[in-house]
Amino acid sequence: MSLLRVENVTHYFGGLRAVHNYNLRVEPGQIRGLIGPNGAGKTTIFNLITGIYTPTEGEIWLEDSSIVGLRPYEIASSGLGRTFQNLRLWRHMTVLEHVKMAHYSKISYGLIGAFFGTPKRHREEAEIEEKANSLLELVEVRPLADQIVTNLPYGALRRVEMARALATEPKVLFLDEPTAGMNPEELTRMMDIIRRVHGELGLAIFLIEHRMKVVMDLCNTIQTLVFGEVIAEGTPEETQNNPRVIEAYLGEEVVT
Amino acid sequence: MGVRTGVRSGELSTGRNRLGQLLNRIWAPFSQVPLLGWLLGALIAVALEQLLGTYLARILGMIKIPALFGFAIVLKDLALIPSAILYVLLIYVLPVAVIARLSASLANRLAAKLLSFPMWVSVIVHLGLLYAVLGLWAGVSDYRTLVARLTLIGIMLTLSLNVVNGYMGEFSCSHPGFMALGAYGASVFTMVAFVDDRAFGPPLLPPALGPFMFPTALIVGGATAALGATLVAIPSFRTRGDYLAIISLAFTFIVKSFIENLEVVGGPRGLGSQPDWANLPTVFVWTVLCLWIINNFVRSTLGKALNAVRDEEMAANAMTVNTRRTKMIAFLFAAFWAGVAGGLFAHVLRYINPGTFGLQKLAEVLAMVYFGGLNSVAGPIVGAVSFNLLGEALRPLEVYKWIIIPLLLIVVMIFRPTGLIAFREFDVKNLLEPKQKPEEEVEHVAAAR
Repeated sequence: MSLLRVENVTHYFGGLRAVHNYNLRVEPGQIRGLIGPNGAGKTTIFNLITGIYTPTEGEIWLEDSSIVGLRPYEIASSGLGRTFQNLRLWRHMTVLEHVKMAHYSKISYGLIGAFFGTPKRHREEAEIEEKANSLLELVEVRPLADQIVTNLPYGALRRVEMARALATEPKVLFLDEPTAGMNPEELTRMMDIIRRVHGELGLAIFLIEHRMKVVMDLCNTIQTLVFGEVIAEGTPEETQNNPRVIEAYLGEEVVT
Repeated sequence: MGVRTGVRSGELSTGRNRLGQLLNRIWAPFSQVPLLGWLLGALIAVALEQLLGTYLARILGMIKIPALFGFAIVLKDLALIPSAILYVLLIYVLPVAVIARLSASLANRLAAKLLSFPMWVSVIVHLGLLYAVLGLWAGVSDYRTLVARLTLIGIMLTLSLNVVNGYMGEFSCSHPGFMALGAYGASVFTMVAFVDDRAFGPPLLPPALGPFMFPTALIVGGATAALGATLVAIPSFRTRGDYLAIISLAFTFIVKSFIENLEVVGGPRGLGSQPDWANLPTVFVWTVLCLWIINNFVRSTLGKALNAVRDEEMAANAMTVNTRRTKMIAFLFAAFWAGVAGGLFAHVLRYINPGTFGLQKLAEVLAMVYFGGLNSVAGPIVGAVSFNLLGEALRPLEVYKWIIIPLLLIVVMIFRPTGLIAFREFDVKNLLEPKQKPEEEVEHVAAAR
């Protein structure tokens, strides 16, 4: 039984076919990669699975239940955490508040607790704070916990986003270009963290990436997407040597 | 050229520093006074006014105690400026400063002692003192009582509007509408149930029961407003920003025309003869309740979801935050408190008409929120208090009042674009703590200066 199954998903923006007949299976503990040139539809696929868009056709299953048509927060609480390509952090909130916020769906003190500051609320807030702190520890931003996010360096922001996504307790973690815009040091650090997160929390990861080094090092299998269609799927070696992938990335002349 | 400008800006900054130093030097003896000390000082000052106020005012050539720190008197007769200043100095500034300074160490010890009990003990003591100050001050004249009550209601309105406009970042213009719904809801409830009047006939329940049922009336008012708020909350699921502002503005107009055409409640002639149950203690208690609940809410993770929706709605959604529920809560919650404030307002003035809840009211509430500061609890209090007092103090200027206040607002926006106290958490414990620092640290700071 696959953790996540995407079957024959097609999506149109008006008359434009952004994704055609897309299929995906994510097994527990796998790291899968999605590569492709700019505008190939990688982020659209993320948005389709996480519920920001509803696919025009096709089915998406998380474990046993269909998640097509659910609202994004429902999909997120049922086990799909994600980060965004261009950071979407809450600019007036501290790092710790970010990670606490992602526990929203697990909060059970309700409005009564929020309005009257009941003991139950204080207990629960303390619990999620503890969990949040251990996640911050995991992605190495614990010392920055009380900073407003706009004060943080770029690499740290990426890690905060990761901690926030992890706080939703995902079964599959979606990373949208986790190393975009990073310098080599930040890059190695991020890759270490991704490996550590994968190892310690034992979750499946599905990532979009532009840098071949990252995908080749991290992923078990890689899909290559061009103009909304998967043109190749296989292990890193197979993908690297696939002439169609090289063509898509480097152009025809190099191949011939 | 470059050197000269450099020198000039240097001079400027030293000038500023000198002013800063002067302020620091004046402030230094008071930096260790806890809130408790200030309250004690204020209590003595208002008690002094009760005892000596009339006497002193006569000596200084004024007919009676200046109602609002002498502003009104001064604006009517400029020759009285020195007397008014002297009065304020002698009755308020001097006693407060002297008592606060002298009692600082005692107040610090007392504050520390109070904090060793559960929090609420200290809170109750402080609130009791605050109420004593307010009650004594307002006890001097009916006019002061009215101003105090309207200011407290202003605080409630501002706090509740800040939930939507500050914490959730929507520009909602529907507050007068919510307030009108609350005012009419609560009025109709009390008048049908407890008052024998022309509009609704003999009371349904014994009028003696009335004052005890007043909280119910206010809750009915709040609930009416919250019900109305769904009309704005539902569109907020799909649209944001300017468009929602227009919708909320439309809501205010709809409520106004609706009430104008509702003959049962007097239509445009308004509704009068509400019972006078909204006395100062009642309004005070409700304001404190409102402040407490709103502050609790915005500091919880459920409340911070409003910030998440404001700053990045898509991310909030992807982080399991039910954004629709959050928006619904924000609007209904804010509307509820605006409704309660409206109910109190109706029972303070004992006459309301639909015209009260129009654009003028909207401008006032918005000004209070943006003047005080968004996304904070202390800001709206400062905004509402200063705006209300200023409005009353400048009353003798009549029309010119509406030139001076907006000008002030513009000045504040130039120097503090987000309002006086914005994006600050209101930490009650911090407020009540003793302010005494260890001796060494104080000396260190003084040496650095």
